Amino acid sequence: MSYDISHLDALESEAIHIFREVAAELERPVLLFSGGKDSIVLLRLAEKAFRPGRFPFPLMHVDTGHNFPEVIEFRDRRVAELGERLIVASVQESIDKGRVVEEKGPRASRNRLQSVTLLDAIAEHGFDAAFGGARRDEERARAKERIFSFRDDFGGWDPKNQRPELWNLYNGRIRKGEHIRVFPISNWTELDVWQYIMRENLELPSIYFAHEREVFQRDGMLYATSPFTELLPGEEPFREMVRYRTVGDMSCTGAVRSTAATLETVVAEIAATRITERGETRADDRASEAAMEDRKKEGYF
Amino acid sequence: MTPGAATNGSLDALRTAATGGLLRLATAGSVDDGKSTLIGRLLYDSKALFEDQLEQVAEASRRRHGDSGVVDLALLTDGLRAEREQGITIDVAYRYFATPKRTFIIADTPGHVSYTRNMVTGASTADLAIVLIDARNGVVQQSRRHAFISSLLRIPHLVVCVNKMDLVDYDEAVFNAIVDEFGSFASKLEITDVTFIPISALHGDNVVERSEHMDWYGGPPLLYHLEHVHIASDRNLIDPRFPVQWVVRPGDAEGEQHDYRGYAGQVAGGVLRRGDDVVILPSGATSRIAAIDTYDGELEEAFPPMSVTLRLEDDIDISRGDMIARPHNHPIVSRDLDALVCWMNEKPLVPGTRYVLKHTTKTVRAVVGRLLHRIDVDTLHRDSDARELALNEIGRIHLRTSAPITYDAYRRNRATGGFILIDEATNETLAAGMLLDPDEPIGEDTAAAARQERSANVVWEDSPLTREERYEALGHRGATVWMTGLPSSGKSTIAGALEQRLVRAGIPAYRLDGDNLRHGLNGNLGFSPQDRAENVRRTAHAAKLLADAGTIAIVSLVSPYAADRELARRVHEDDELPFLEVYVNTPPEECERRDPKGLYAKARAGEITGFTGVDAPYEPPEAPDVELGPGEVEAAVETLVARLRAAGVLPPA
Repeated sequence: MSYDISHLDALESEAIHIFREVAAELERPVLLFSGGKDSIVLLRLAEKAFRPGRFPFPLMHVDTGHNFPEVIEFRDRRVAELGERLIVASVQESIDKGRVVEEKGPRASRNRLQSVTLLDAIAEHGFDAAFGGARRDEERARAKERIFSFRDDFGGWDPKNQRPELWNLYNGRIRKGEHIRVFPISNWTELDVWQYIMRENLELPSIYFAHEREVFQRDGMLYATSPFTELLPGEEPFREMVRYRTVGDMSCTGAVRSTAATLETVVAEIAATRITERGETRADDRASEAAMEDRKKEGYF
Repeated sequence: MTPGAATNGSLDALRTAATGGLLRLATAGSVDDGKSTLIGRLLYDSKALFEDQLEQVAEASRRRHGDSGVVDLALLTDGLRAEREQGITIDVAYRYFATPKRTFIIADTPGHVSYTRNMVTGASTADLAIVLIDARNGVVQQSRRHAFISSLLRIPHLVVCVNKMDLVDYDEAVFNAIVDEFGSFASKLEITDVTFIPISALHGDNVVERSEHMDWYGGPPLLYHLEHVHIASDRNLIDPRFPVQWVVRPGDAEGEQHDYRGYAGQVAGGVLRRGDDVVILPSGATSRIAAIDTYDGELEEAFPPMSVTLRLEDDIDISRGDMIARPHNHPIVSRDLDALVCWMNEKPLVPGTRYVLKHTTKTVRAVVGRLLHRIDVDTLHRDSDARELALNEIGRIHLRTSAPITYDAYRRNRATGGFILIDEATNETLAAGMLLDPDEPIGEDTAAAARQERSANVVWEDSPLTREERYEALGHRGATVWMTGLPSSGKSTIAGALEQRLVRAGIPAYRLDGDNLRHGLNGNLGFSPQDRAENVRRTAHAAKLLADAGTIAIVSLVSPYAADRELARRVHEDDELPFLEVYVNTPPEECERRDPKGLYAKARAGEITGFTGVDAPYEPPEAPDVELGPGEVEAAVETLVARLRAAGVLPPA
């Protein structure tokens, strides 16, 4: 008998253990669900951790109002299938209430605003832990983040003062007003996620597969035309076969040219790519050398 | 740099990778050792580095170093702004790469002395550690520290990469000298598997491809070793352990699931099979495994590190923090713990303080009883005068918990032997702890006799007065002079003369004579090997107390067995007290001729049995501190006084 275990099984087991630790040690966790591939994997891992019981937490989507409609449609369908509860925290409401001020101009994005909406929702519902699908291979500030990432009263992350994390013994102790961001798939790479999606035969929103769409080019990236984006002089929309590698706002998520229309062909393309997913498709990370670190300190995912 | 053979660039390779295992490795070393260059090369050659990441690093290198064209791969692993600004590594960074054989997680830990805690963090889950040594500098303090922490955390495999071989002309002699030096240090540690590889990370020699410059090296390159090192048997598959993490009870669900009750958790040791008899600890209730459930269906068996849900045949009250084990293979259940801890907080560990302790899925309160000693990470010296453990210090402590902990020694199982301490007020994680067997000797030696060394539930009471203060006030130090030799060899005569000489000089000395002790303290002991061992143990401890008090304890005891004398030495050395073994080497026939008490004659006549030198063995010391032949008692005393001066016990003449 062989007691070997594949790397995906090892990663899966680690993630299930993390889910159960949080459920056992924290009082009001929530799972942040964006409809993107990483949070889709989180849902499957939560099923593996808690079925046949129900999830001991609700799901929450921070809706910027600038999402791809295909993703919102997928979100609602998936939640209904699972029979779990979804909370939608709306950036538009934060704007309407005057909690945040919308950026102006053609490069405006609601990316930064959602941190406020998220923290407000966490406070309103009294959540003390929030599961997220962030991975350490995504970005170098994330490479240093703990699996249990402590957030202070202001939701901020202090990278220089992180709790040591030993073995599989996570420290989820907090005081009132503080919370923990929990990243069960910290140790997964983008390829691991895709392999897992293939293995588990998980359904994805249609924008991950090649489709024809009206796009325009800006700073070397392709963006979808939408009511949320203003064209700059000289930017001309055109139709192109594209797919998305990550799911964010329509205003800041770039598409890649592709004809891969099945899971197998998409994964083959991704396995061969020489550019990271955030580098290829996320304008929000390009702001500066420490763009992600700065946003995380403010309470970003 | 050129891309090597390893690739994840095709779907086929991707599928192969999915079946390979996962190896977690920790790297330790400073930037100067070429650690970042090595990691950069592993990532680059396995195509785990992406073009935009390389561009980012190249751009940052230009800003930092000008247009020299040098790509500073250290900038790749330094993820935080403060690290890039100060050119240092603050925290553990995790890196990922895969080859068709295996998937790798690198915990890249900083090598500075002040960041021991990060090294411990990265090492806690590692299967393998890479220690980098600069071929030009050889084994340095930091190399020893990394090796020690690797052994402390019981990383099963250690790879010593002797780097920058290109700068020493790929010289085999340089490599061999480092292997010898490191090997002799490592032999003092509990490291089971050490591999040495001569490399040049900069030029790629022996990293992914075999070097063309070192024909004399017969081993594989580093990546090959990482892909093939056998890690499956590092897990404990012997002792079934299942800490209950979460009780799955759908409750409100309708229909068939209504009565479902499962115990979810991650297998921490051994193999659990359906139908196995189990015991639930600490309650001691027993049952049988009815099913091993997963989301994907039932399993016949489960082993580490699988996360599963167990259903049992009987309805028993089981909750989080309980441990499921086999009836004939119990872990230890105790409230008194003996552990090594690495302290990770600016606020020091102080005996008497209360902390929160998390072990497996159980969280309890614990109070630190005694701090036995602090270990100097560089020299392995144990300082039993230590009063506290500061940030990054390592020591051995006793703890008493508010409820029983179900554990194994860390050496036997990392998952059931590790714990963390948490501050009750600030909730910070303060320490990493590694539990010891209850009978773990204080020293590194595991001599069987030393197993009697611990009384359960007793906590040492520290005196506010330190030994140094005491000795300073007395003007001299305490020590034990242990005289061994055949009966009638002259031990007692020399001991008496030495005692007289010292006391007359104003130095308190006290003779512990074997025969005299048997009139009182050891009056209930005979002459069997067991009783002789106990005789020596009691005498050793009595001598130690006298020495600690500042007296020169002079023991004259046949003490015929080397192992017993070794225990006596250890009792002293573990407490940092000088111990002089003196072999009074008088020939047997001379002893028998003297025979002042007529014992040889009685033994020869068969009136007494078990008499050393007649019908019981005497094991002469192989390397005594002092050897005295038959001769002048005066000369012997002078020799001993001189030795005590040389050892710093007595002030200079």
